[in-house]
Amino acid sequence: MKFLRNRPEYVLVPSVFIAFVLIWENLVNIMEVEEIILPTPSRIGEALFFQLSNPLFWSNFRITSQETLLGFTAAVVFAIIAGTFISQIKVIDKAFMPYLVGFQAIPKIALAPIFIVWFGFGMTSKVVMAATVAFFPILINIIEGLKSADNDQIRMLRVFGATRFQIFLKVQVPCALPFFFAGLDVGILLAILGAVVGEFLGSQDGLGAMVLLAQYNFEVPTMFAILIVLSLMGIISHIIVKALQRKFAFWADSSNFIGN
Amino acid sequence: MSKNNNSAIQDASQEASWINVAALHKIYNTRGGGKTHALADINFTVKKGEFISIVGPSGCGKTTLLNVLAGLISKTEGSASVSGHEVTKPLPEIGMVFQAPTLLPWRTILENVMVPVEVQKLDKKMYLEKAKELLKLAGLDGFEDKFPNELSGGMQQRAGICRALVHSPSVLLMDEPFGALDAMTREYMNLELLRIWKESNQTIALVTHSITEAVFLSDRVIVMSPRPGRIAEIITIDLPRPRTLDMMNSDAAGFFVKKIRQYFNAANVIE
Ligand SMILES: Nc1ncnc2c1ncn2[C@@H]1O[C@H](COP(=O)(O)OP(=O)(O)OP(=O)(O)O)[C@@H](O)[C@H]1O
Ligand SMILES: [Mg+2]
Repeated sequence: MKFLRNRPEYVLVPSVFIAFVLIWENLVNIMEVEEIILPTPSRIGEALFFQLSNPLFWSNFRITSQETLLGFTAAVVFAIIAGTFISQIKVIDKAFMPYLVGFQAIPKIALAPIFIVWFGFGMTSKVVMAATVAFFPILINIIEGLKSADNDQIRMLRVFGATRFQIFLKVQVPCALPFFFAGLDVGILLAILGAVVGEFLGSQDGLGAMVLLAQYNFEVPTMFAILIVLSLMGIISHIIVKALQRKFAFWADSSNFIGN
Repeated sequence: MSKNNNSAIQDASQEASWINVAALHKIYNTRGGGKTHALADINFTVKKGEFISIVGPSGCGKTTLLNVLAGLISKTEGSASVSGHEVTKPLPEIGMVFQAPTLLPWRTILENVMVPVEVQKLDKKMYLEKAKELLKLAGLDGFEDKFPNELSGGMQQRAGICRALVHSPSVLLMDEPFGALDAMTREYMNLELLRIWKESNQTIALVTHSITEAVFLSDRVIVMSPRPGRIAEIITIDLPRPRTLDMMNSDAAGFFVKKIRQYFNAANVIE
């Protein structure tokens, strides 16, 4: 009982889920909604179960995961490099920041057709797409983080004779870590989004292509099933990033960083 | 009015002086394009192993003076030297304690104390023992591997003092190090500081808002007056050492406190 009083969410969250599913199931049945409009949760569950035992699904799952992770990694690497230069060198900041902000304003989803023209229907165009959408929130967080270093902490290091590089390494980088993880948290979800959108626009493989195929065949429960899989990918990534954050940026409360 | 007085003291202690400030001026360019004359013609010397305090009304330039000595800000005119070196950038023989503890939250207490050693690339193994010893001296043994947010404000401040001492600087600059502490902790910290000072034989310059604290700790008290910040008088506190809290109730101590307070009253500033 005491446990429940301390952590009510352990009961509340599953209860809401069960209630939601039950109401959905019954409403659809009572109102006799057609399956191609809205399938019942049990039908979606069946479809999900079928997919999980289907090797074709797993190969598509692997492809989307790969595109996401490759794109995400590229975004992180470029964001770290660009963020370091922009935050440390004023001239670069002044010269390039306006362009970056301008580029940020492009609805990047609209770039997907261009990437397909440039990089073909294979994985590359999706990786580039994932990287492009994930890049900005990570970059902005890195820049803000590196600039967030406390002036007093920097002065303290200077008094003890620190060089600029030492100040960067010993104060600015640690200060940037909580922001960095906040950026990763947003970035990984956007990378999934980028990969799936890329697949929508031109691909035979991947979960995005599976959704389109299911739509073409009026297999609405399958569409929902894959949506659930994509959501789970996002939730698991979020949990992993949070765990890393707790481990490597344990001193900071992440609740007020950009993008959260 | 006290100019002659100052230079007399300066001449007498010229030879053994460890900190030497002569005809020092600091003018800030303010953001609006104006100028603030923060320090005007500051002259004083501090002997090796001496403990001096700097008092004066808010805004009279105490922090500015300490920052010039620390090499954190440039001077406009005159000279400031520490152990014979003109201060143009932070010198390794200086340790500084800030008003806030300014510990790095991602480092343990011991790692925080080791910051000067790391930054100056000194032999870590050798200084690790020193750091642990200092923490013990400051009553922080057992807290070496804790993180700053697991310590009280007073404990963090003590760790900050250990950090300033770890690389054996010959000069310790302290800017209102006990400002944020309650009266009880403050007295305790004062005693602790005297104990550390006695064992390390450092030269200490301490900025404080508390006149009694200045009298209790110091060999001499530099009283500053504002706008532009200049030295009103340097008062030698010839109370015997070791100092005790009881001593502060004596007439002699009361005399010094009153004498310093006069300057504050004259400047029409209520502390
Ligand atoms: N960076 C700065 N730019 C411009 N003016 C400054 C700057 N720092 C301080 N001043 C001015 O210089 C004067 C002295 O400031 P300082 O901080 O040295 O005073 P202080 O004696 O330490 O005051 P307090 O006791 O309140 O800490 C003040 O008038 C202040 O406005
Ligand atoms: Mg000050």
